Amino acid sequence: MNYFLNLVIGGLTRGSIYALLALGYTMVYGIIELINFAHGEIYMIGAFTALIVALALSFLGLDGISILVIASLIAMVYSAAYGFTMEKIAYKPVRNSLRLSALISAIGMSLFLQNYVRLAQTSNFVPFPTLIPEMQFLQTLPVRINSAQVVILTTTAIVMVALTFLIKFTRIGKSMRAASQDKTMAMLLGVNVNRVISVTFVIGSATAALGGVLISSFTGQINFYIGFMAGIKAFVAAVLGGIGSIPGAVLGSFVLGLTESLGAGYISSDYEDVFAFAILIIILILKPSGLLGRPENKKV
Amino acid sequence: MKSRNKKLVLAVAVMSVLALMVLLTSAGQGERAATAPIRIGVAGPHSGDLATFGLPTVNASRMVADRINEAGGINGRRIELIVEDELCQPEVAANTAAKLIGDGVTAIIGHICSGATFAVLETYLDSNLVSISPSATNPALTQSGDFPNFFRTIASDDAQARLQVDFVLDTMDARRIVILHDRGDYGRGLAEFARGFVEADGRGQVVLFDGITPGAVDYSAIIARVEAARPDVVMYGGYHPEASRLIGQMRGRGMTVPFISGDGVQDDAFIQTAGAAAEGVFATGPMDTADNPMAQDATSRHRERFGEDPGPFFMNGYAAAVALFAAIEAGGTDYDGIRNALRNNTVETPLGPIRFDERGDAMGVGFAVYQVQNGRYVELR
Repeated sequence: MNYFLNLVIGGLTRGSIYALLALGYTMVYGIIELINFAHGEIYMIGAFTALIVALALSFLGLDGISILVIASLIAMVYSAAYGFTMEKIAYKPVRNSLRLSALISAIGMSLFLQNYVRLAQTSNFVPFPTLIPEMQFLQTLPVRINSAQVVILTTTAIVMVALTFLIKFTRIGKSMRAASQDKTMAMLLGVNVNRVISVTFVIGSATAALGGVLISSFTGQINFYIGFMAGIKAFVAAVLGGIGSIPGAVLGSFVLGLTESLGAGYISSDYEDVFAFAILIIILILKPSGLLGRPENKKV
Repeated sequence: MKSRNKKLVLAVAVMSVLALMVLLTSAGQGERAATAPIRIGVAGPHSGDLATFGLPTVNASRMVADRINEAGGINGRRIELIVEDELCQPEVAANTAAKLIGDGVTAIIGHICSGATFAVLETYLDSNLVSISPSATNPALTQSGDFPNFFRTIASDDAQARLQVDFVLDTMDARRIVILHDRGDYGRGLAEFARGFVEADGRGQVVLFDGITPGAVDYSAIIARVEAARPDVVMYGGYHPEASRLIGQMRGRGMTVPFISGDGVQDDAFIQTAGAAAEGVFATGPMDTADNPMAQDATSRHRERFGEDPGPFFMNGYAAAVALFAAIEAGGTDYDGIRNALRNNTVETPLGPIRFDERGDAMGVGFAVYQVQNGRYVELR
């Protein structure tokens, strides 16, 4: 039982990180129907920014948690700026051309950012400081849970609640929903669609960066390539949950994280990726639009 | 009108392609003259996270080649190195091989990783090119007999796995053994040999044998599984980036179980990334060559030229270059000549005097066990 709970906690942690990333994929897809393949790179850039900030701050003698908070905030702002610029440079000019052009533009952006970080920083793995201190009360629990895992789970929960609030009850959230339903109509009714798209990229990039910072302080090392695998998995999670749907992305992420964790724990970690993609295929066969996706009604 | 234009364009295109081919072939013939440099390919990971394994061999090859060139070259012909980066990725390595063959190399020093080496040997064999690797340790490279053009200046993984298993069973007296690997040619090969030796010995028991995914977001699940197996030791076949994450997460959970790995982890980059968690980790690697005068000389010249101590496989790379150039000097630049010379002549190298056996393995090269003590790898015994 204890073993099972351990795996569940591991799966939820993984799922949280996927969720923070998958949000960006699904929100962008919901509005401009683009798979932003460079999204994983934003996550990686977030982790690198946080590392640089954290190293600078540790000279000032701050404690782990305040470094983590400051580093995360700076990383989120910095990555959001990257997301914003990326959309303006790589996606806006091709928005009205074929969908394939934007897709190729995204892949190009991904390769560019990866190699940019590789050249500007380093190609080696670099250690990421453990910023989250041990919490004493966790020792008394019957289940082995790491303080980093606690922080990851709670942060993700807070982000999810805040995002739901933003989308449901604010003006910009309303504009986002309008733009995702019908861009042209929203524009005719006075919604500034360009701004909505920018805001979507900014929010998606900031949550991705947060995910990058949290998982790096948990695993303890980063390099320029970490965004690739995480990005692919988060993309799978977004498709699994129904691409375009925000609750779907979160649900898909947890399903994926738990499947991988339990599969690796009870069967074999050799087949971890096989489980991840097998569940994707099964769900897409049974429900082609994903767990919570809207079935596509072709307009005639 | 339109179709005539098309035909004209086609004709011009065909003619220009033909002209290019003529130019290329005549250029190729010119270079094959007796005084033209002997081109040697040096291929391995020179960027990316495994670059620390590839670059030392480039330095070693340069040092040996420069020394020979300063003394007038091989039979009056200079050595020209063509250095190609393949990131240890088999699909990239295949392109690298094609490029080196196109450049007209006589032989190749490399490749570095076993997976990439497997991907290119057949291509080299088709072009009658010898490849001599300082570090590709997968046993099948020589033992399968498929690659008569392959030589290496390092012992194979079965020798390494044998040493690890003996160390685990005899010295550490461990009985419950967990074996993990990274599913690559090198890591899985090493792990499977270790499992075979443990089972054949009978004293120990493999309580868990599993692969991990390089680059996965985290390893909590497999670590929970390792913990539940209550092992006396964890053996790992793979490279240092995953090893440092595994050991970091294991120590982070308070697991103190000993960890032993191979030459993919016996690298200072592992200690830098894993930090305090690296302390006490065991790893097998090429034997220390500190007592060999040729190795001492190579080390001091390396320090002079590059301002730092040589990295992993430097001595193996140096030995590979020395052996290859000696073989070209003795046997000429053709395939059979180089192969016969490598097999029949004993050469003095930083690893000691070596000669290659029928399968291409260097005789007189072995491994030793190292342990991280106070942030450095120290050879045990």
